Amino acid sequence: MISKAKAQHADVLVVGAGPAGMAAAIAAATHGCRVLVLDDNAAEGGQIWRKGIAATPDRSESKVRDTRQATLRTAFRKSGAKLLPGRRVVDAPRQGILRTIVDTPAGPIAESFAWDRLILATGARERFLPFPGWTLPGVVGAGGLQALVKGGYPVAGKRVVVAGTGPLLLAVAAHLRHDGATVVSIAEQAALRRLVPFAASMWSHPAKLKQGIRYRRALADVPYRIGWWPVAVEKASSGILVRLTNGKHTVAEHCDLLACGFHLVPNTELAELVGCKLNGGAVEVNEQQQTTVAGIFCAGEPTGIAGLDAALVQGEIAGLTAAGQTQQLSALSRKRAKEIAFGQRLNAAFRLRPEVTLLSAPDTIVCRCEDVTFSRLQGHASWTAAKLQTRCGMGPCQGRICGPAVQSLFGWRPTSVRPPIFPVPISAFGNNDSDSLEELTVFQETQ
Amino acid sequence: MPEGAIATKAVMIWINGKAWSVREGSVVSAAMLAAGEPCRKSVSGEPRTALCGMGICFECRAVIDGVSQQRTCQVVCRDGMRVDTQS
Repeated sequence: MISKAKAQHADVLVVGAGPAGMAAAIAAATHGCRVLVLDDNAAEGGQIWRKGIAATPDRSESKVRDTRQATLRTAFRKSGAKLLPGRRVVDAPRQGILRTIVDTPAGPIAESFAWDRLILATGARERFLPFPGWTLPGVVGAGGLQALVKGGYPVAGKRVVVAGTGPLLLAVAAHLRHDGATVVSIAEQAALRRLVPFAASMWSHPAKLKQGIRYRRALADVPYRIGWWPVAVEKASSGILVRLTNGKHTVAEHCDLLACGFHLVPNTELAELVGCKLNGGAVEVNEQQQTTVAGIFCAGEPTGIAGLDAALVQGEIAGLTAAGQTQQLSALSRKRAKEIAFGQRLNAAFRLRPEVTLLSAPDTIVCRCEDVTFSRLQGHASWTAAKLQTRCGMGPCQGRICGPAVQSLFGWRPTSVRPPIFPVPISAFGNNDSDSLEELTVFQETQ
Repeated sequence: MPEGAIATKAVMIWINGKAWSVREGSVVSAAMLAAGEPCRKSVSGEPRTALCGMGICFECRAVIDGVSQQRTCQVVCRDGMRVDTQS
């Protein structure tokens, strides 16, 4: 229990310390704003620049990218922006206030932050689609496995199948191999007829093209199956058996791990909570990254999946605009338009084929928090109806995993976001906290 | 040690009562996956391990030093830490 502390004030409050949030914070702080940056993780960098404790130094990363990462980290630390790590934003009790939870040795603590301008740089998560066996231990996200390896998982000697869709698959496979894993095969569900024009358009993005070629070269002897997707995973005597298909033929691969993700989904929950309008599943912004709510900006993946370069330029634009420095924007806006166009081509190339939304068996679990099976979800008119009847999406992930899945499977629209947007342990709030949460998702204390 | 390798200290934790050594800086979910121990039992009793690795999916919840519902992918191993599968 804590006594209620006074809210800390920021001229510019940034949520998310990935590339977009760092770029925004640097731009605003170097123009004299008091900038606070909140992040759920232990350090800045986001998912793409998550720091690892890898046993061997990373030589597989592009020189360009490494230099940029180091440059941005240095600029961030020198900018005067203050990073507050380990904070997850749970609600916005009043206009201009965000509330966070931070875990401390003494237990979770609630803090409040007051802002004049707010920049949301909440990134993206992997899309997961259910198929028989996808809840078995040994099936992990593609980015998920990379994060675990950076977090010390000894992947050397493990046999890994990488499957799903998106440019992340190749990057993950190259890193896994670099760390000593045997990449058994890569299955990319996208059709070759979509990937060819996408690849051909990459001449205008030479750095990205070079990196793609570098990853592909690093994996030159690994079977890379385009137009193939996972259909089922079974337990084997040791490890797992992954079945892959192209619709005509099926192969079974024996391995220790399946790293599987179906491209990315924008993290829009916080933007929705503070009233920002979405458009096509992404936060609607104008050319200055302003959302539909005055004083609130959004940058990077939440505005539409477009990758690192888009995040960096959008973050800088958001930071400059939030600091009132709009005269520098014309050169940046050309770069912004180019990167957004890249994102649109990317998302078209890696669009889900209908077959991957039809993989569930009746007993396949769709909602992993509440173990709701596919058959129990069939026949409901909407996600709201399904939630009420089955608790699908009512568990601690609050639909972050099953929401994009049921949207793909049943075409259900996401339901409105309600606070807290992450589960809150009740002990984080003292009795004297006047901003009591409207509706608490409280964990049961089982121990 | 091979050239270029980074020396890391070992940290000892207990996973379901089993002593387990990890490199310093390892996150708990990575240690549990390596140890072959599930993080939690699902509401229908299935064993589950980390999925997203970034604090979103809540599949890696486990009991750390007696405190339940901890997202183990967001927690770094400390010497002597006790981690148990959450049921």
